[in-house]
Amino acid sequence: MMAVENAIITHGHADHARIGHQNVLATQNTIDIMKIRYGDKCAGSFQSIEYHKPLKINNLNFTFYPAGHILGSAQILIETNNSRLLITGDYKTSPDSSCQSYELVECDQLITEATFGLPVFQHPKPENEIKKILKAFEKNDTKTYIIGAYALGKSQRVIKLLRDAGYDETIYLHGSQLKICNYYISQGINLGNLEPVSYKKSEDFEGKIVIAPPSALKDKWSRRFSDPVICYASGWMSIKQRAKQSLVEIPLIISDHCDWNELITTIKSCKTKSVWVTHGREDALVHWCKTNNINAEPLYMQGREEE
Amino acid sequence: MKTFSSLLEKLLFTPSRNRKKSALKEYIANTPDPDRGYALAAITGDFKVKNITASFYHELIKDQVDYELFKMSYDYVGDLAETISLIWPIRSVKNQEELSLHAFINLINENSKSEQKKIIFDLMNKSNANQRWSIIKLTTGGFRIGVSAKLVKLALAEYGNKNIEDIERIWHGLSYPYLNLFEWLENKSFKPKIKFSDMFHPMMLAHPINEEKDFNNLKPRDFVAELKWDGIRIQLVLDNKNKKVYSRTGDEISQSFPDIVDNIYGNAVLDGELLVGRKFEALPFNFLQKRLNRKKPSKKIINEIPAFVKLYDILFENGNDLRDLPLSKRRYILSNWLKLNPSECLDISKIIDFKDWNDLKQIKIENTEKFNQEGLMIKSKNSVYLSGRPRGHWFKWKKNPLFLDTILMYAQRGHGKRSSYYSDFTFGVLNDNAIVPIGKAYFGFTNEELKKLDNWVRKNTINSFGPVREVKKELVLEIAFDSINESKRHKSGLALRFPRIHRIRWDKPTSETDYLKDIKKAFF
Ligand SMILES: [Zn+2]
Repeated sequence: MMAVENAIITHGHADHARIGHQNVLATQNTIDIMKIRYGDKCAGSFQSIEYHKPLKINNLNFTFYPAGHILGSAQILIETNNSRLLITGDYKTSPDSSCQSYELVECDQLITEATFGLPVFQHPKPENEIKKILKAFEKNDTKTYIIGAYALGKSQRVIKLLRDAGYDETIYLHGSQLKICNYYISQGINLGNLEPVSYKKSEDFEGKIVIAPPSALKDKWSRRFSDPVICYASGWMSIKQRAKQSLVEIPLIISDHCDWNELITTIKSCKTKSVWVTHGREDALVHWCKTNNINAEPLYMQGREEE
Repeated sequence: MKTFSSLLEKLLFTPSRNRKKSALKEYIANTPDPDRGYALAAITGDFKVKNITASFYHELIKDQVDYELFKMSYDYVGDLAETISLIWPIRSVKNQEELSLHAFINLINENSKSEQKKIIFDLMNKSNANQRWSIIKLTTGGFRIGVSAKLVKLALAEYGNKNIEDIERIWHGLSYPYLNLFEWLENKSFKPKIKFSDMFHPMMLAHPINEEKDFNNLKPRDFVAELKWDGIRIQLVLDNKNKKVYSRTGDEISQSFPDIVDNIYGNAVLDGELLVGRKFEALPFNFLQKRLNRKKPSKKIINEIPAFVKLYDILFENGNDLRDLPLSKRRYILSNWLKLNPSECLDISKIIDFKDWNDLKQIKIENTEKFNQEGLMIKSKNSVYLSGRPRGHWFKWKKNPLFLDTILMYAQRGHGKRSSYYSDFTFGVLNDNAIVPIGKAYFGFTNEELKKLDNWVRKNTINSFGPVREVKKELVLEIAFDSINESKRHKSGLALRFPRIHRIRWDKPTSETDYLKDIKKAFF
């Protein structure tokens, strides 16, 4: 993705919020997150926009709606006098108490992501997934449980799910997770007691939960814990052989994207006449739309990684 | 079914052997008969559901989801059981009574195919994704959860506080759901009485020798050597009624070798190598291959390629268990036994005399270069006959591998853990301006290398045929192998024995790889 003069940014993940644009329009949360991750000067200027408040640019009305993906994430509705185009950005429609709740927006043309755009992705309830850790804990509370979770969004969601499930012990964080967690706390998301891992002995982590970015699970960093139980929170964990290949012992199917059923429910509910599918498994969702008499085309965009 | 499926899930994801074993023990302790026996038999592969195949599930899923979407999903996931378990429409069905594992198995075995469909449909609706996966794996076979029969036996031994060797020695005489075994393990009864003359006995295997370490520690006079024949390891179980030939893994292959079965007599259990040829002169392995693939060989092929056995060891004689005697004693008994029961298809694998390890090295070089041998076996004179691969008793000293530079031609998806990767590779060699296939390899590389190969295959595909992809002929694979034979299996007219990918030569241009005509010159 190239740096441009005017950028409208849906949310703070690296594959959506690139640096070096001249002017950035985004929610205040997204702007804050960009500054925390890339520094105050990661764009020429920032303009913040509130949810639901239209902004007129060149005869087009731009309105941001919560996308339920991470804190500050937005869907963007672009309106002319007679037509409505909605760009979902990354989104999920299922409840998540670590960010603003998704809102359904009706439109004439939908651009939807399709990260989990195959019917094999039917995410179970995250409340039940998080119980897998707590159950393992009940059986063996002398182990260190390391949960792999991306630093922005997933990490805070996992912590919140643990808290909502009644886990109130201190949770330990890999250094890269701290800043964003603190930011979430400053925004009123109660994450309970958190502490950096820093230089403690491996015994100090026995019976503790540690959260780290997935990349840290495999590198030297994780060797400070003796024989830890590796957990990984991701929508991809539903595929057993993939989880197995990455040596995950407790896969937690917790996703910040819509699963297949949520994607098709959204397409049906937003009453759109036409869908462009991007970011993921375009072909399956396009096929589904066509068999359900909805116009659909794949929309290929530049490469992205999962976050 | 629920506890069984959580057991499978735990076994699949637990990387540590010890924790897998604990999970098995816990399951054994907390699950009633006969479920626990069925579960273990399913895991070890001793129990299989009849008549249900992959196509049964293809038909079942066709009625449930858009088949196009199913195909896209299957292509992405790579494993049928996984795909179906995940794509199955989630329905809110009241969770009725739990169906026990053995009740389910009985239900499936007693019903016709159309009834089986209804039963499985109902059960799938009541289950979560993991349980659906277990149902499909149970009915189609092959869990691939990284649990060997050995680990199951170890868990049983620990659970019952018994010696593993005691379990190994009766295992093949037991049948699921192993009620008498559990009674013994729980000290409610004596060790199950097994009819030893009518079963396969687990074989003793060797470790590869570590030339630097082992030869320094081992005293030559404590050991004997013999040739490592390049056939297949078998066990002959003979008594007055039965004559059976078992493969190394305990599969009965008597049917394929009537020429052996009809010509041996006596009451014994013998360990040996099955070979083909006349007058005990062994032909190369690819001749044996022609016999192995036939369930009922014709008279013609038996005449052309007769089979015989080189005997290594004797486990039982006239019902007496000899396994706790030292090897030197067993070999003495074996040669006497053969004198009393001579046969035109039984020969003794001769003991080789040697002074020291250097001397033996010389013998190895002479033998492996001249004859069709895989190398040497080195066995402790005092070794008792133990099941499996006990340390420190038997060693194999294989001949050095040979190498070829080849070109990757096709790749196919693997199984189990590898089902989402292209991990079976067909490679070829230059023949004038074309490339002709010479072999297939699916090991020899690390997980990291597998990911790189998979990535390369996906990026360089020029054609797809079902699960097979043809790739650009640009990647050089250095293949290690044990020997080379003429064969019609591959277009090159040659076949490699034990081919494995030794190195991936990302750097090497294909123009510098081996030519078929040069290979033929070098080896024939
Ligand atoms: Zn995102």
